[in-house]
Amino acid sequence: MDITGRKLIVKALQEEGVDTIFGYPGGMVTDIVDELYKQEDKFRLILPRHEQALVHEAEGYARQSGKVGVCLVTSGPGATNTITGIADAHYDSIPLVIITGQVSQGLIGNDAFQEVDIVGMTRSIVKYGVTVNDRKDLGRILKMAFYIARSGKPGPVLVDIPKDIQKANGPSEYPQTVNIRGYKPNTSVHIGQLKRAFKLLRSAKRPLILAGGGIHISRAEKELTAFAEKMQIPVVTTVMGKGAIPEDHPLYIGNSGMHGRYAANIAEMECDLLFSIGTRFNDRITGDLNEFAPKAKIVHVDIDTASISRNVVVDVPVVSDAKLALTNLLEWAEPLETGEWREQISAWEAEHPLDMKKTKGVSPQNIMTSIAKVFGDATYVTDVGQHQMWASQFIPLNGKSRMITSGGLGTMGFGFPAAIGAKAAIRDAGEDRPVVCITGDGGMQMNMQEMATAVCNELPVTVCLINNKFLGMVRQQQQYFYGKRYELVCLNKRPDCPPNCKGPSEACPPYVLDFTKWAGSYGVDAIRIEKEEEILPALEQAAQAQKDGRSMVLEFMVATDEVVLPMVKGGMANSDMILK
Amino acid sequence: MTNKKLKNRWIAMYVENQVGVLAKVSGLFSGKSYNLQSLTVGTTEQEDVSRMTISVLSDDLTFEQIKKQLNSMVEVIKVMDLTDVPIHMKEILYAKIKGVKGEEKQEVFRIAETFRVRICDIGEDSVLIESALTERKNNELLSLLKKQFRHLEVVRGGSVAIESISTSCR
Ligand SMILES: Cc1ncc(C[n+]2csc(CCOP(=O)(O)OP(=O)(O)O)c2C)c(N)n1
Ligand SMILES: [Mg+2]
Repeated sequence: MDITGRKLIVKALQEEGVDTIFGYPGGMVTDIVDELYKQEDKFRLILPRHEQALVHEAEGYARQSGKVGVCLVTSGPGATNTITGIADAHYDSIPLVIITGQVSQGLIGNDAFQEVDIVGMTRSIVKYGVTVNDRKDLGRILKMAFYIARSGKPGPVLVDIPKDIQKANGPSEYPQTVNIRGYKPNTSVHIGQLKRAFKLLRSAKRPLILAGGGIHISRAEKELTAFAEKMQIPVVTTVMGKGAIPEDHPLYIGNSGMHGRYAANIAEMECDLLFSIGTRFNDRITGDLNEFAPKAKIVHVDIDTASISRNVVVDVPVVSDAKLALTNLLEWAEPLETGEWREQISAWEAEHPLDMKKTKGVSPQNIMTSIAKVFGDATYVTDVGQHQMWASQFIPLNGKSRMITSGGLGTMGFGFPAAIGAKAAIRDAGEDRPVVCITGDGGMQMNMQEMATAVCNELPVTVCLINNKFLGMVRQQQQYFYGKRYELVCLNKRPDCPPNCKGPSEACPPYVLDFTKWAGSYGVDAIRIEKEEEILPALEQAAQAQKDGRSMVLEFMVATDEVVLPMVKGGMANSDMILK
Repeated sequence: MTNKKLKNRWIAMYVENQVGVLAKVSGLFSGKSYNLQSLTVGTTEQEDVSRMTISVLSDDLTFEQIKKQLNSMVEVIKVMDLTDVPIHMKEILYAKIKGVKGEEKQEVFRIAETFRVRICDIGEDSVLIESALTERKNNELLSLLKKQFRHLEVVRGGSVAIESISTSCR
């Protein structure tokens, strides 16, 4: 018996095991929404307050759960609002299926009300995007969408469904299998290549593992740790790879790259073999490409052929899922003589440890280490800016803790909604792990409307807002590289401020937004922290509140002139670090 | 090792015969700043499959990346590198030469004969040449025509290529 398109869409979501849908309604999805009303008991429907945040929530959900995040938005402005989120998911390889409503086929091309070519607009930021043109293709396309989103290197898939197709009758079957002739994700590993890689490793004197976000995507943390241990090879990570090996592990050095740890960057310069896995060597990791790991032979394991030998010329490429490659390597692993090399690395660490030398007061380092102390095995979700780098430097990931951050696109406004999405995933899994959102006073204001989503959907998170009254990360660039010409970075700036301001003073006007009052208007408790001794009690109170199902906002007032160090200037060699 | 020298390269590629595929492929070239020289597309013996012939100017590394990027597209079924394999390759070119009479017209005929291209239409003071030669030969023909005649209207189709059966030269 034939069924309507809208019925088949809901059936598809059920068969794909979808339990949570992030949806925002509008004219071109009201039919699907109406169908969901009838199946309300089968799904958790979350209504965000903006479609950009909606996608970030789905990203947080997907990153936390490992499942596909599902988004449902209307045509036109609903669809265009998702674009930043889709790009973010694309660059961080997050599996999403985004269903957009579209005007009826007869109207497409007429510049009809709320018609936009969303498939065309997102072509370069989706793994796959398609408009359903024929009701009989609907089931197959949805099946493809989920399969493509989660297989191989995961990514966002957009399915644009015209309104008439949602209403049209057609086949009721949802296919069980897919076969796409142009898409065969790699599910095996070339053992010969892996052997070559292993041989290089075995003959290395100063081997180093560089682990990227691919380790998390493939959930290969245990395998990586076991491999490093068995071979006695030290490990550095990218920002996205942080936590690939527990940070209290003696073989772990730290993050490398633009704001990496001194010892990690120097180890990369000095190693004779770099075993990199699950990273695409983006410019924030490598610095000047000519100076990247200049003494090393490079092995590169990645699921994505196109990521290999793109930015860095590689000696042994291995196309493989990280977990699969590591499982194979583990069978051959044997300890290498790396004692001297590791001592050398420890000496570099002792020379320039990661330490802001300001462990007193409401300093970023103090805040971050206190957060970690109180929340421990939590999911930490950051926004983008200085606070993000401080979090990645000073919150150690051990045990089950993890960090979710926007690495590839660096999207301000990501943190808060992604934290809410992560909490939704934790709740769906029946767990009660805390979620801590670490955000800036700038980035928070990009999606602060989502406080309503957190409250109304009972998704409590702890917001640690690092208020330096500035778009700090850009301010830092201006401080170091633009002669302290602070333009467009002060969030306090008023028309009667003196011209060419060189930084805050007594005369500054009050900060324009009172975050505590703002939180209060949502019925959310908030504390402003201005003294060191207030840090721990506030965090403990917030941790308890989250256990009790309540969000809290902690506004940490930090000095405007705090900076993230070390820092490599964009395009310079990673050895060229500003340390003070 | 890899060659940094820019060189003309050829790809033949099977893709799904669907809307949007051409836009996606050409968008890759513009979006990633690859130097696309020519791109042609048409259906094949299988009606749901199209075949593209693509020419790019690039160094070795970029060309490897282009092939990988194309391969990773869901709609792309198969990518073949024709750069160094024996192929047959032709491009269709029409040249309308206007305002030619008497001796000038005779000159057009002579050129056509020399290049072995067809005169496919003719009027009182204009001649239409139809040429199916390699892109390079067409370039030569065109530069000659440009030198000799002022009023030209030219349309070119871009190259199509297919692998040789016997391993003759290109
Ligand atoms: C959407 C977006 N716009 C602009 C930027 C550029 N940018 C990167 S960090 C930053 C400042 C962030 O300020 P804030 O949220 O206060 O964090 P802080 O650096 O002060 O900790 C800006 C403007 C960006 N990454 N994303
Ligand atoms: Mg700030």
